[in-house]
Amino acid sequence: MTLLWILLLPLLGTLVPVLTAHWRRSACAMVTAIPPAFALMILLYHGSAVFAGESLRYTLGWIPLLGMDISIRLDGLAFLFSLLILGIGLLIILYARYYLSEQDSMPRFYAYLMLFMTAMMGIVLSNNVLQLWLFWELTSISSFLLISYWWHKSEARRGARMALAVTGAGGLCLLAALLLLGQITGSYDLDVILASGAVIQQHAWYPLVLVLFLLGCFTKSAQFPFHFWLPNAMAAPTPVSAYLHSATMVKAGIFLLARFYPAMAGTDLWFLLVSITGLTTLLVGAYLALFKHDLKGLLAYSTISHLGLITLLFGMGTDLAAVAGVFHIINHATFKASLFMAAGIIDHESGSRDMRKLNGLWHFMPITATLAMVAAAAMAGVPLLNGFLSKEMFFAETLHQHLLGSLSWIIPVLATVAAIFSVAYSMRFIHDVFFNGKPKGLTKTPHEPPRYMRMPVEVLVVLCILVGVAPGYIVGDLLHAASFAVLGTEVPAYSLAIWHGLNLPLLMSVVALAGGALIYINRKHLFDFQNTLPGVDAINTFELAMKVLTKRCQQFYGWLDNGSLQRYLVFLLMAIVVLAGMPLLQLDTLFGGRPELPVDAVNATGAAMLLISAFATVVFHRQRVVALLMISVVGLMVSIAFTRFSAPDLALTQLSVEVVTIILLMLALFFLPHKTPKQSSPTRVIRDISLASMVGVVIGSISYAIMTRPFNTISDYFLANAKTGGGGTNVVNVILVDFRGFDTFGEIAVLGIASLGIFKLLTRIPVFKPSSDGEGRPWALERHPVLLATVSQGLLPLALMVSVFIFFRGHNLPGGGFIAGLVTAVALILQYIAHGVEWVKSRMNIEYQRVVAVGLMIALLTGAASWLFNKPFLTSWFDYFDIPLLGEIELASAIAFDAGVYVTVVGSTLLILASLGKMTTSHRPVHTESI
Amino acid sequence: MESLLAGCIGFLTACGVFLLLRGRTFPVVVGLTMLAYAVNLFLFSSGRLTLQGAAVLGTTDNYADPLPQALVLTAIVIGFAMTAYLVILAIRARADLGNDHVDGKLPENESSRKESR
Repeated sequence: MTLLWILLLPLLGTLVPVLTAHWRRSACAMVTAIPPAFALMILLYHGSAVFAGESLRYTLGWIPLLGMDISIRLDGLAFLFSLLILGIGLLIILYARYYLSEQDSMPRFYAYLMLFMTAMMGIVLSNNVLQLWLFWELTSISSFLLISYWWHKSEARRGARMALAVTGAGGLCLLAALLLLGQITGSYDLDVILASGAVIQQHAWYPLVLVLFLLGCFTKSAQFPFHFWLPNAMAAPTPVSAYLHSATMVKAGIFLLARFYPAMAGTDLWFLLVSITGLTTLLVGAYLALFKHDLKGLLAYSTISHLGLITLLFGMGTDLAAVAGVFHIINHATFKASLFMAAGIIDHESGSRDMRKLNGLWHFMPITATLAMVAAAAMAGVPLLNGFLSKEMFFAETLHQHLLGSLSWIIPVLATVAAIFSVAYSMRFIHDVFFNGKPKGLTKTPHEPPRYMRMPVEVLVVLCILVGVAPGYIVGDLLHAASFAVLGTEVPAYSLAIWHGLNLPLLMSVVALAGGALIYINRKHLFDFQNTLPGVDAINTFELAMKVLTKRCQQFYGWLDNGSLQRYLVFLLMAIVVLAGMPLLQLDTLFGGRPELPVDAVNATGAAMLLISAFATVVFHRQRVVALLMISVVGLMVSIAFTRFSAPDLALTQLSVEVVTIILLMLALFFLPHKTPKQSSPTRVIRDISLASMVGVVIGSISYAIMTRPFNTISDYFLANAKTGGGGTNVVNVILVDFRGFDTFGEIAVLGIASLGIFKLLTRIPVFKPSSDGEGRPWALERHPVLLATVSQGLLPLALMVSVFIFFRGHNLPGGGFIAGLVTAVALILQYIAHGVEWVKSRMNIEYQRVVAVGLMIALLTGAASWLFNKPFLTSWFDYFDIPLLGEIELASAIAFDAGVYVTVVGSTLLILASLGKMTTSHRPVHTESI
Repeated sequence: MESLLAGCIGFLTACGVFLLLRGRTFPVVVGLTMLAYAVNLFLFSSGRLTLQGAAVLGTTDNYADPLPQALVLTAIVIGFAMTAYLVILAIRARADLGNDHVDGKLPENESSRKESR
């Protein structure tokens, strides 16, 4: 549990500066430092266990079925990184207190910084790769916020955008890689993944996974060719650069390389991709750093170069190289963070970062100068400083590899070349800034910074020296524990001594120092040469590329989503044809062996009528009234088909729905054009016919294949239990109101919602009343034919009686609430048609939306009533009663539920039709707040 | 018999789809209604065809499968609700937008093509 607090404390710390925003600046900075300080203490408390080779774990179940757990693992590598993140983070908090001016919002800065710290801690402590990725993305976002901290500056905004785009794209690649890894190993647990290195490397997906994984690492760690975002991120405040862009975030990619080393490394592909990228980055960064006039620009390219060095070490694939890589992570973080902070001090106290203006600062700030010089010397690899040690190890490893066969000698030579440039730019940093004449054109006189602004630099520089002088005492244990965690096996023997005797690596160091000095002295020629090269403006090129990409995407999107419904439908239907048609292609024969029923004359006639009327509907679809008549024939034939094939309930329902539907569409035609204009081109018609035929063929074939296959139905259960469990003999009705009562409840709810939606759609609709039909004939003057009025009035009680009859017999014989409801609705609608709204309203003034609500309530309460008897929702009950005169009758709770269905159906149907019918009258629905 | 019904289902589907692809709202509504018939028959037929076997206990020895029937029964009613909603939506769209094209606006190239036909 204490492990979780290491992660939670920085997260809580995000709130601290926000809550103490109105405090004095120093107080705000101090309380902000408390959570990470506590986290650091907890971390150190676990130090002895970690140094003993343990890896501590803590898991909190979250979504175990998806492999998502909150899982923490603290081993040597995580410990090392946590130490860097929390330790340097604390120094940065102190430093930023003095760096930020009065105008800058300090709480905002600290909140972003703590958020970033949380994200970094999350990455290094995660034991679940999905959780790791989540924090990975959080670093991208929080670094975006930090880089754009001075959002009023255009370069800050552009730099932040670029960093987010590059690292964000890499993050997506990483997600893909992690998901694939999860697929290969069957777990998102880091322990499992790290233990299945052999499985992963033999898997066919390994190359793909590796490339995606490396894209994620390389974009984050600014490896060539993705290095360009890092120099542009230097628009951030210097504490951010010191923290994110030297010590922590850019190391996240390196961290992943180290973390997944047991699972991914060791193949030729790994070597090729990682070491070549590292080597290229090392050289490009070292070379370009020399030509930067901006202090932070120089440091940014130097960082790129050192990151390349570490990448190269991990790419070599030997255990000793990995140890050297871990060692250089520690050393680079200490000297580069102090250099960035020194650069920030110089910028802060002299008003410029341009090395062409900054000269001879030694006289103005001797202490800062000394500190910066020591750190820069460590960067150059001067003996007795930490940079020297890891560089020696690096040189030794370049000599021991045989990766390029007989050309392997190239790698140490190129490493020496890079080291020469590294010495040269370090010398430039020292000589150009602190000596080399007097300052030119500075706006203010440089001076030493406040006492505590310099303190973080002092701490880090002292560390550089201590590690350089007594490496074994200071970092021996830490390095061993971290290397053990990286390798997953026993760490090979290595020596942290300063003096290894006169050997080749030492010679390479000497060559680098001498060569670097030589190049620095003769730098003028190199600068002249560099100026003749065409420069590439990374940010403009990038933004141009983004613009082109955005435009292409918009074009594609515009093509895909052009607002045409017909077009979307075509795509959808094509997908249906392909998806449903593919399995049919693999089926040997459509006929499944179940013998067909014989075709008799009645069926053949019915089918012919169905086909002819359906065809006629299509042919006459432009004359809408005709099409409507034709489709009503189709509906009639469908209900006859239901009768024929032993589904009387369906036939009754279809028949009554048919009546209601046709009345509805007739009414609708009053408000819509009566004719459809010819608009489709012949090609369009041919396309539609072929698509429709394909869908029809596929669906028909599937239907045939299903019907001719024997099957085992689950309905035997319903048939066996309908009488004993549900108390009815009409199994369809018992299923509806009893076995699947909850489904039916949902369905009447949908019906109610649809009718209320219609009611709402019709309120406040702009009124228009066509005075004539589509062909200009005026409507008949006789609005309510006498004959219909007379007949309908007599029909009403008859129809109501029929519906009551159908309702009550429904449980045992075909019928039930749905059908009874529709019959009632049709009988009432007939009154509207025969007599008009006015007449009905004067006799039956009911708001149908209330009827819908009542029906739903009845169904709901019936269901809830079973709770009274400690039974689940909608448990049915029935019994037989012997009532005098009437004889034995059955009462079932299902009847009450069916009554709810009945009332809902009546209410919904009438609400739909009456609302539409009232449109032409003064009773049309209007918007009132009461409903 | 099965092949005949399968043929009918396929034909109804094809007719429904063709109408669905028209550009005006009313044919689309009619097409959806047609498609609903096809879907209901399709679902119903998944319980296989039975003659003289209504699922009323005690009336026959060979019962038709009652489960697809129960599903289709509610599907018919809900199908009606959806048709109604759609047609009201079409009316509302015509009232608000002034035309009854499914995209809410008349395509220019099609109206000019109409002239040439």
